[in-house]
Amino acid sequence: MIGSLFYNIKQAFVQIFRNRGMSAASIFSILAMLLILGLVFIIIVNINLFGEIAKQDYDQVEVFIVEGSSMSDVDEVMDKLKRRDGVVDVHYRTEEEALEIMKDRWGENGYMLDSLEENPFPASIVITVDSLDNAADIAGYAGTFPIIEDVKYYQETVEKLTKITDFLQTACLIIMAFLVVISIIVVSNTIKLTVMARADEISIMRYVGANNWFIRGPFLVEGIVIGLISAILASLAVTFVYKEIVDIIGDQVFAIVSSPLISVRYMSVNLSIIFLALGCSIGAWGSIVSMRRFLKA
Amino acid sequence: MITFDHVTKMYSSNVGLDDVTVKIDKGEFVFLVGPSGAGKSTFIKLMLKDIDVDKGEIYVGDYHVNKLSNRLIPQYRRKVGTVFQDFKLLPRKTVYENIAFAMEVLHKPAKQIRKQVPQILSLVGLSDKADKYPNELAGGEQQRVAIARAIVNNPHVLIADEPTGNLDPATAWGIMDLLNQINLRGTTVLMVTHAKDIVNNMDKRIIAIDKGKVIHDSKQVYDGPMEEDDMVKGGGYE
Repeated sequence: MIGSLFYNIKQAFVQIFRNRGMSAASIFSILAMLLILGLVFIIIVNINLFGEIAKQDYDQVEVFIVEGSSMSDVDEVMDKLKRRDGVVDVHYRTEEEALEIMKDRWGENGYMLDSLEENPFPASIVITVDSLDNAADIAGYAGTFPIIEDVKYYQETVEKLTKITDFLQTACLIIMAFLVVISIIVVSNTIKLTVMARADEISIMRYVGANNWFIRGPFLVEGIVIGLISAILASLAVTFVYKEIVDIIGDQVFAIVSSPLISVRYMSVNLSIIFLALGCSIGAWGSIVSMRRFLKA
Repeated sequence: MITFDHVTKMYSSNVGLDDVTVKIDKGEFVFLVGPSGAGKSTFIKLMLKDIDVDKGEIYVGDYHVNKLSNRLIPQYRRKVGTVFQDFKLLPRKTVYENIAFAMEVLHKPAKQIRKQVPQILSLVGLSDKADKYPNELAGGEQQRVAIARAIVNNPHVLIADEPTGNLDPATAWGIMDLLNQINLRGTTVLMVTHAKDIVNNMDKRIIAIDKGKVIHDSKQVYDGPMEEDDMVKGGGYE
């Protein structure tokens, strides 16, 4: 068994070298498709990260307190909220603070708020939640206290954001699926050509009494090795290009959308794993499929 | 050794074999002759189980060939050495590798391969060509490689399908000597040929087939239809 494994691996390398033209063609077609896939993957992952980071800005629920409520009631509510699962932090925001925040937000026009005779903003409790998924739940819970008159959280904004990132991700996934299908067709055709060129060889193997797996073995390993080589090349290329991208525009991206790009290391490790898996399976699958018609006993 | 028992094989438009009964004993050297389309190729293909019989039974050695399951075909073919008119060598393997390949198929240990391949190469007189590729050899030498590959696993039977068809007469006689030598070592040889001079000068059993029937089966000189040199390269195997 070990002997035949060595036999297959040795044969595969010998054949790849002796058919270097075809091997190179196969490697390039797999490589091209892995590179495009990698690009799409980079886009998806970065969109995802951007979405997650953007959501973090909205991880707060603000509950407004009925005017004239006693401080002890407020403290009691805050205590209860603190003990609630999913609550990270609770703090009290006075009317004055609310006014200041609004002034800040209005920026240059903030002076208009100065003319107000009376502060119209209610005091509130700001609850920081650990996950947005819990926001609605906690908001509902907070709304049950009599001293709470209104609850505000960024459900709609978050939903919109989620919708956009989900859409982009789905679009990218569809593009990826298309690419995989197209590249499998291209690759299996390339491998089919190499197998056709060796149809004689296969028929000879059968006359000598080789069984199907013996014949298939070297071709299978050959497909896998071609896939592996493509995957390694693709990993190196994508890592290099992505590193350049991060070096050149990483800071600007952070300044504009206040979300960093995924780290080169993370991207490189994950893409390499994906490339290796995809490359091997496309190579193996391509060779098995393209040999099928030569092997009906 | 080889038994065809009332074997019939029809193709849609013509006869392959028509109720043929032939018995070949172990150690025999038999020529199978006849015009193109007479049924020689059908005979060989049936023996190799490339095609299936319509009627009748075929036995080769311990194998009931027409009842062989697909799974056992490779195993059976290892017991039957085959040599073709067009040599059918693996073009991307050297002479040595071509012969070693037939042993690798049987998972023979590397040690045994390293020992046996040179022996067989010296038997066919090609010891100095071990590292050449088939296209670097003359036709007769290529056929010797093919023969070496066919016998390296000590098959019960050696089937030679027009082994001299692509060779000039002098080279052809060299191949015949080799086949004869192999036969003397105890291997049953069945040779399909068109070459009348070879058939009638070897003093061997001659089975002639025409229109799917056996029309001659003896050591006597055969003078019936045989049509030399009218077959395309590769014989009926395309």
